[in-house]
Amino acid sequence: MHEHTVAQLAQGLRDKTFTSVELTRAYLQRIAELDSTYNAFITVDEERALASAEAADRRLSTGDVTALTGIPLAHKDIFCTQGIRTSCGSKMLDNFIPPYDATVITRFNQAGAVILGKTNLDEFAMGSSNENSYYGPVKNPWDTSLVPGGSSGGSAAAVAAMLAPAATGTDTGGSIRQPAAFCGITGLKPTYGRVSRLGMIAYASSLDQGGPLAHTAQDCAILLNTMAGHDPLDSTSAEAAVEDYTTSLDNRLEGLRIGLPREYFGEGLDSATGEQIRGALKELEAQGATLVDISLPHSDLTIPAYYIIAPAEASTNLSRFDGVRYGYRCDAPQNLHDLYTRTREEGFGDEVKRRILVGTYALSAGYYDAYYKKAQQARRLIKNDFMGAFEQVDVIAGPTTPGPAFGLGAKSDDPVAMYLEDVYTLAVNLAGLPGMSIPAGLVDGKPVGLQLIGRHFGEAQLLNIAHRFQQATDWHTRSPQTGGAA
Amino acid sequence: MAIEQDEIEKIAELARIRIADDQIGEVTQRITEILGMVDQLQAADTAGVEPMANPLDATQRLRADEVTEINHREAFQAIAPAVENGLYLVPKVIE
Repeated sequence: MHEHTVAQLAQGLRDKTFTSVELTRAYLQRIAELDSTYNAFITVDEERALASAEAADRRLSTGDVTALTGIPLAHKDIFCTQGIRTSCGSKMLDNFIPPYDATVITRFNQAGAVILGKTNLDEFAMGSSNENSYYGPVKNPWDTSLVPGGSSGGSAAAVAAMLAPAATGTDTGGSIRQPAAFCGITGLKPTYGRVSRLGMIAYASSLDQGGPLAHTAQDCAILLNTMAGHDPLDSTSAEAAVEDYTTSLDNRLEGLRIGLPREYFGEGLDSATGEQIRGALKELEAQGATLVDISLPHSDLTIPAYYIIAPAEASTNLSRFDGVRYGYRCDAPQNLHDLYTRTREEGFGDEVKRRILVGTYALSAGYYDAYYKKAQQARRLIKNDFMGAFEQVDVIAGPTTPGPAFGLGAKSDDPVAMYLEDVYTLAVNLAGLPGMSIPAGLVDGKPVGLQLIGRHFGEAQLLNIAHRFQQATDWHTRSPQTGGAA
Repeated sequence: MAIEQDEIEKIAELARIRIADDQIGEVTQRITEILGMVDQLQAADTAGVEPMANPLDATQRLRADEVTEINHREAFQAIAPAVENGLYLVPKVIE
């Protein structure tokens, strides 16, 4: 059962081949058997999952169903779930049981999906390796000596190891696409504002966006159909109409113009990874697409602009964790100042503290113009590069990451080296564009991802291209050896 | 650009994060490395470029001035570290 896609499982549920309770039990059993190896989940609530599955089975018997009724899903532990601990990978929220659901969770609940559990992540989504979690690192199912990527590393590992058929993630600078690439699965970061941020614990509010991780583009389309849409409770939620993302998956690619940014194929790209990406692009060419050489001339500003803007927003967002209203509070505070400073010293991990300090510095009097304002100007130049490119081409493609997954511990002592891992994914968030990563080959047995970047609200086209690619290739069907019961 | 240890102490105070004495050296070094990396920005020509705060250049939407929320005080205070009589407790501020 666990080797099926969401689309196949939904068919099985409708055909009564199996029930949601049977399906949910099968995944819960795999988690119980295998997750001690991967550490993909922080919290699993079996009782609640089975109760939801029973409710889904009753709904399935009435015929009032959606494409996700009875489908078990895993959610990144950054989405608030009423009554289920939501830690954000931090000691600060280790005891936090949200009094409300994130809009994304509400939408999945209304669709009748089942929550298997909450997945591991870099603390407050800050990281590219999932090594910054209070709950320990996640291991890559393809090779447990490797990182799964981050920050949605638990979601990516859970899907790759088939502990869940699909999962949610969030992407502030690559946190869906990079772990999807490292774990050999498909991940979509929608346009900024496409998916509600209400109840999605904020890291950098002008960059954060939730999206799906799954085995196929078709499954991502099914999940996005439920996740996307205007939310009056999120003031940055887009009012643009939502398409049915499953209806255009089979559109033909003749005449499609795909831009290949020179800057994404230059120095810094691992040569074997580059070869796999070029091979994948040939497949799209064979289907009638034209490959066009383009330039994104301000690409070198991406990392510095991101690592000012994201920490600046984080320093503001994370000021809410003060030990007063919820979450961690230090023992025996001497006074209010001691309560704040010691709660935050003890509750936050090193990387979170570093980003808060960098952000505080960038926003402080005397440095604001030199750092924050300058970064926001660079951000516009980066966005303008994309807007210019989209006058010549329909989509942009390149590698998701400079190479395949690296070893646990290889970069964890060097924040700057870790930041450079996000070189191809950050610009998409700065420009607010949709981006996808799809499995595009193996390098020494390790998966690499092809990144597709679309125009604002161009999710349907990305999913269409990814689906056509997956109809013609089998990289997305490759899976690591995980063992466990069938 | 290099950042001095006392400047890190000042920022940490602004951010209300205590840094233990034996860690301040390492934190200073890491922040210096990060600021060194972002300093590439200073070379960029951004004259006349309008800063961009929102990727869609959206502005804050207004809603009708109507009460839409009900009072959730009990639910919210049930997860607080310390409350009494409906109030959040903190150490004494005024002697």
